[in-house]
Amino acid sequence: MPALPLDEAGKYVAGAYIVFVALLLVYVAIMAAKLQRIERELRELAERAEEGTAE
Amino acid sequence: MYPKGLRTLALATVATLVAGFALVFYYAPLDADQGFIQKIFYLHVPLAIVALIGFILAAVHAIRHLRTGDSIHDARSYIAIHISVIFGVAVLVTGAIWARASWGHWWSWEEPTLVSFLIVFLLYCTYYPLRYAIEDRDRQARYASVFAITAGAFVPLNFIAVRMAESLVHPRVFATAEGGMPAKMWITFLVCFAGMSLLWLTLARFELSAKSTSASLARLRRALDGDSVTRTETATRPTRTVPARATQS
Repeated sequence: MPALPLDEAGKYVAGAYIVFVALLLVYVAIMAAKLQRIERELRELAERAEEGTAE
Repeated sequence: MYPKGLRTLALATVATLVAGFALVFYYAPLDADQGFIQKIFYLHVPLAIVALIGFILAAVHAIRHLRTGDSIHDARSYIAIHISVIFGVAVLVTGAIWARASWGHWWSWEEPTLVSFLIVFLLYCTYYPLRYAIEDRDRQARYASVFAITAGAFVPLNFIAVRMAESLVHPRVFATAEGGMPAKMWITFLVCFAGMSLLWLTLARFELSAKSTSASLARLRRALDGDSVTRTETATRPTRTVPARATQS
């Protein structure tokens, strides 16, 4: 298995590490969206609970 | 909302991964055989090992769920599979990139290491449709646990298949007749492995926390809905006046 020259191998190595970081960022973005939804629901429920207490 | 220690765990993960990647590019020597392309090894192999350990952990939690009936073990088993499947995607993609650079093609069907990992990965991909095809929560959790245990048995087979494989296209670096990796490579690998393990743990705890918060919200919503229904019923129901005699007696 002859070693690839550095300039050619570099793009593959960079590609692999970029894919890893990109996957991680996609996951974090999905989780952030999920957390925003949870926070929104929590606000709605808090408002409903406050309305219920006021009645 | 976040469990205690998650922030510390996340910071430790980032620090370890950054240290690991710095060692990969500034400390670990170039591989005499593969050259610079071998740097993918420090990403690909820890991801693969952590993903497979995650599948085994899922089976352990599934066994605990079946023994105790505690839904927390089912949630942990689900999350372990979920995070490991994500890691599995990264393993397949980084492996394919390495294969393209080293072998000249993205995939080799003759290589047992690759095919056995793909089989394990695809097996766990069927976990989601199986789980969500069942509506009853208890039955869903039980069937998912049985699946996690059965599929977990395939993971050691994956390791055994790799060791017993006749084909030696996929590199063996840990234990070879030539003596394996030099110390600097080992240190770099171990730091990267620690970083990936911490990343898996952080994501799993984060996911578990989000899942339990969602469940608490759903319970709260149901309680509030029940409460508002009761109040509406009370408001619309004709009030029954209690006779004065009854109250006096």
